[in-house]
Amino acid sequence: MKNRAAKAMAVMAAAALVATGVVGCGSSSSGSTQGGGSGLSGSVTMAGSTSMETIANALAEAFMEEYPNVTVTAEFTGSGAGLESLAAGSVDIGNASRDLSDSEKESGEVENIVAIDGIAMITDSDNVVTDLTSEQIAQIYTGEVTNWSDVGGDDEQIVVIGREAGSGTRDAFEELMDVADECNYAQELDSTGAVIAKAAATPGAIGYVSLNEVDDTVTMLSLNSVEPTEENIIAGDYILSRPFVMATMGEISEQNEVVQAFFSYIESDEGQSVIESIGLILPQ
Amino acid sequence: MVNHLATDQIGFMQKSRSAIKVEVGKNSIRGGNAKNKVELVAKIIFMACAVIAVVAVLSITLYMLIKGLPALSTVGVGELLFGTVWQPTAAEPSYGIAFIILTSIVGTAVSILIGVPIGLLTAVFISEVAPKKLSAVVQPAVELLAAIPSVIYGLLGIMLLNPLMYKLEKIVFAGSTTHQFTGGSNLLSAIIVLAIMILPTVINISTSAIRAVPAQIKSASLALGATHIQTIFKVMVPAAKSGIMTGVVLGIGRALGEAMAINLVAGGSVNLPLPFNSVRFLTTQIVSEMSYAEGLHRQVLFTVGLVLFLFIMIINLILSRIEKKGAVENA
Repeated sequence: MKNRAAKAMAVMAAAALVATGVVGCGSSSSGSTQGGGSGLSGSVTMAGSTSMETIANALAEAFMEEYPNVTVTAEFTGSGAGLESLAAGSVDIGNASRDLSDSEKESGEVENIVAIDGIAMITDSDNVVTDLTSEQIAQIYTGEVTNWSDVGGDDEQIVVIGREAGSGTRDAFEELMDVADECNYAQELDSTGAVIAKAAATPGAIGYVSLNEVDDTVTMLSLNSVEPTEENIIAGDYILSRPFVMATMGEISEQNEVVQAFFSYIESDEGQSVIESIGLILPQ
Repeated sequence: MVNHLATDQIGFMQKSRSAIKVEVGKNSIRGGNAKNKVELVAKIIFMACAVIAVVAVLSITLYMLIKGLPALSTVGVGELLFGTVWQPTAAEPSYGIAFIILTSIVGTAVSILIGVPIGLLTAVFISEVAPKKLSAVVQPAVELLAAIPSVIYGLLGIMLLNPLMYKLEKIVFAGSTTHQFTGGSNLLSAIIVLAIMILPTVINISTSAIRAVPAQIKSASLALGATHIQTIFKVMVPAAKSGIMTGVVLGIGRALGEAMAINLVAGGSVNLPLPFNSVRFLTTQIVSEMSYAEGLHRQVLFTVGLVLFLFIMIINLILSRIEKKGAVENA
């Protein structure tokens, strides 16, 4: 009895050793391929929009995997503060989730649009309303309008669905519709999928989600008679969208080689797929 | 009269049982040197395992205090705990969690008020009333209920409960201009889900408590002329009181700590806990906002966790109090 137990222990110990050995080999080999990527070293500093946290971190992580000797740091202080830091020369890149103002451009900041954030308004598929004006949407979300009959639909209560505080989509929606901190949500859900599922299942529901996440269980609304398509967004006609700008002081070609490498990584296929993978539209 | 008899009987049973234990104990403390070594090693292993649990509890408590307390002083105790406006990302942020605390208390209390009577009667049914064959079906069913993951309860809530609640909401608030329609995601849905979720806890513990009541007590009551139902409610349930209370308190703990299921059905807006309002609980508050929160917002979420932690600690203290009291009564 005891012998058998001892044998079992020995076998297990051996198996564990083999397993750690395999894991060890795996990690060391992948480490060496990473190390061989490039001799580039240095740092890139960014500051700016909180809405760009996802894209900035995703690009920074992917870039640092490609160039292990480069550190990319990002602070999220707000678009305006980021551009001020850029103007003051304390960071390499200023992140802004809006177009640069004329005075900002005059000070030498260059607008490099790396991605476009598009938001779709959705309703349950039985809703007859297919178009709302931005004013109507603002009224619905602030609780001024509570019935679909007031905006040209059936006599059905409006169930206002949104995202939780801190969500980038909520942030963008409230900012673009000019209803920041005034929204009166009936439901605050914590994921895009949940918003779509609830909007699909609840008669009279309205919600907002990232454009590329919309599926055919819900109806997408046009906004001010403009369809939410990628073309309309790139053309600037669909107003529930905003550019994600990584501004630099002077043209990209005037930056140091690490910052240049960062931007050429964003332009590369890998960089573009990183941007697409987090649900953003690529600028043309 | 009957009650006195019952407690006397329990006292007698307990005394004779402990007497037997002592005998067994004396017999087992013997053995040679080798055996002693094995005993020692085993003791050390047991000790090490016990230390892990204690260290875990202490470090979690410490971590929660370190993470949760700073926001209390930054925001202010009064504003945080008694403020009713939750706007953590506004230009002038406001971090009042009073409605969230209130929702957790009201939601838990009402679900206990609904769930415990149903659970207790089911336990009586299984242990006393039902024919053996029937209770052999009901009890495994109840145990299965306990094994269902909470997300399943939540999904069923979305599919079945919320549409039903929305119909009810439309009837109750027909013509209302002030009520915000929530599409059936409200406090009531959450309470119903919670009440069902605590059933297995209450039923299982109450069933074994009632079954543990000595047969002599039941026989004595019946012999005195009490009917079966009188015996159950006047003699057996009182005799099983501390066990049943344990079940209730564990049920409270489960309801208070549940997050996944109610996150799906409660709506998630911070509102006063009224039946048809979309609400947010302490648990769902953390679950839904932690992912994107930063700075003070994140710290406040840890404070929410600390409040929840304190509630659970209080529940556990009450539980150990009840168990101690039960042990004293039975000794």
